[in-house]
Amino acid sequence: MTVAVTSHVGARLEELRGQGRAALVGYLPVGFPTVPGSVEAVRTMIDAGADVVELGMPYTDPVMDGPVIQRAADVALANGTRVSDTLRAVEEVAGRGAPVLVMTYWNLVLRYGVDAYARDLAAAGGAGLITPDLIPDEAADWFAASDAHGLDRVFLVAPSSTKERLASTSAASRGFVYAASTMGVTGVRASVGERAEQLVADTREAGAQNVCVGLGVSTPEQAAQVGRYADGVIVGSALVRTLLDASDEGAGLDALAAATAGLAAGVAGAR
Amino acid sequence: MSGRPEVPVEPSLGPLANHAGPYFGDFGGRWVPEALVAALDELETAYAKAQTDPAFGAELARLHRTYTGRPSPLTEVPRFAAHVGEGVRVFLKREDLNHTGSHKINNVLGQALLVKRMGKKRLIAETGAGQHGVATATAAALMDLECTVYMGEEDTERQALNVARMELLGATVVPVKIGTRTLKDAINEALRDWVANVETTHYLLGTVTGPHPFPTMVRDFHKIIGEEARAQLQAEIGRLPDALVACVGGGSNAMGLFNAFLDDASVRIFGFEAGGLGISSGKHAARFSGGEPGVLHGARSYLLQDEDGQTRPSHSVSAGLDYPSVGPEHAWLHDIGRAQYRPVSDDEAMEAFRLLCRTEGIIPAIESAHALAGAVQLGREAREWSDEPVLLVNLSGRGDKDVATAAAWFGLIDDEPVVKADEGEQL
Repeated sequence: MTVAVTSHVGARLEELRGQGRAALVGYLPVGFPTVPGSVEAVRTMIDAGADVVELGMPYTDPVMDGPVIQRAADVALANGTRVSDTLRAVEEVAGRGAPVLVMTYWNLVLRYGVDAYARDLAAAGGAGLITPDLIPDEAADWFAASDAHGLDRVFLVAPSSTKERLASTSAASRGFVYAASTMGVTGVRASVGERAEQLVADTREAGAQNVCVGLGVSTPEQAAQVGRYADGVIVGSALVRTLLDASDEGAGLDALAAATAGLAAGVAGAR
Repeated sequence: MSGRPEVPVEPSLGPLANHAGPYFGDFGGRWVPEALVAALDELETAYAKAQTDPAFGAELARLHRTYTGRPSPLTEVPRFAAHVGEGVRVFLKREDLNHTGSHKINNVLGQALLVKRMGKKRLIAETGAGQHGVATATAAALMDLECTVYMGEEDTERQALNVARMELLGATVVPVKIGTRTLKDAINEALRDWVANVETTHYLLGTVTGPHPFPTMVRDFHKIIGEEARAQLQAEIGRLPDALVACVGGGSNAMGLFNAFLDDASVRIFGFEAGGLGISSGKHAARFSGGEPGVLHGARSYLLQDEDGQTRPSHSVSAGLDYPSVGPEHAWLHDIGRAQYRPVSDDEAMEAFRLLCRTEGIIPAIESAHALAGAVQLGREAREWSDEPVLLVNLSGRGDKDVATAAAWFGLIDDEPVVKADEGEQL
């Protein structure tokens, strides 16, 4: 893109590349188990070693999410979590050493107003958006708003993406390109898709500076494996599951910290 | 589209009828995960090729003639019309008489033929009332394809007979137990399956919603409804109808009827949505009366949503109309003023259901009963259109699947208005 916008997440990935390692990108949904509880969880995740935060906005129809994140989103919505809570949560976790991206299905942003959302996200200290059901072809408003407010825009590529689409999506993205490791939705899997490494190579070849890999990464071993070739390792369901499975909030935070630290160690030892 | 049986038709060549996606005004598009884009492109290409291939049209026409039972009859219903208004004539396009009991088979056979051409071996589908699921399971059996149908758990209870039908036809029915447990959540699950299996699987979407090319392609497969009806009415009364009447859930039967008349300015077009318990109750599926533009399931259209853009649950006595969004072409026709969309309450629909049973000996699907109730609503104003106003109503499906619901509604049985699968056949 022609507009000169400094990418906060891009800068972080660059810095970590200088240290010879990939970033650990940790996902948690706002409002699970409660809004304050989710803020506490994100802080715990950052303190335990997450380099970049992906904060999920709960949505009624999350078609790219598997059962773990669906359950957490259902709880968050049942508790009355609002879009405005996400912006407040961004404000409360920004400035803690990890740039904060919001992951959102697009209708929530459309309803808020694309430019208004970008303005308020930037004001809250957010770094940008990950948009699982928005392709660059439909994103004219978002290009303008993200340029105007200096935000990253992370689009996804998949093993099914053609070379042409890898190139156009890489050109459209800022911060990084999110490479889906496999054809599927979020969730814990026994192994990371074999096509992930090739997809990262192809996406770089197509012009992307930074490529992070998500979907199905859950163990320190998988994180290490992906961290060898990707600029970032994105973990969601495995972290959310620690909170879902815990007997109380304190135990959940302890389990989350332990899981994050394990993944961070995996990423750190990858290369 | 080719693929018509041997009924003389005047093809509609006007600008509205031939409008194709991805966009219908501000509506439509492809609001989908990138993982699906390659499959949508592949489908668009395969469809474009099929449209210009006479062999495809001939095969679809043969199936419609020998398997679907097309052309479907046009039936004048004077005893019903007497309740609509004095001097009003009502004609029903009998999609209820198609094989599998509704219009859904038109689209399903078209897409299934495309699937064979694309070389995919597995179909997935969503279903609300079960009609589309039954039609898809039927096509899968006919064309030797594997078939999985996603259906909201609430709908599997409301439509237990259709669940049994799909299973008899060899399909796997997956009850969807998350969210509102209705059609919208069945589509979510079907989309998740498709993202994971897109290289071997075709998502046989059942209505004129979803990402491009579905709204255009599904409409094209259904426009035979209006083309036949236009020719049949011409033969019967020698003129165009004064108004078209159809129920609108996703809106495929309605688009199928409307398309052939879109460029005839004298023909008024009315779509009837599920008004449920009334718009003010919040329990309805009236997207045009109670919704605003938004994105759901790959398309921008009118949508029931809250202040934040979260999807609001819909309600209707009819599972097939119980959906929070509507096809983008309908949204466009609404905004440009070519078609009007009005709500019909559960009560009005069930009253019209009973009326058609008693006056004409036809048991309609509860979905189609919304169109019949719409005709009753129009009776008063129709007299102002001409001395002998003619309403062409799409009877999109038959009511066998709804007998248990209707029997409970009218107090013929004591039970809740649902029926268990193992009891269904006795009712």
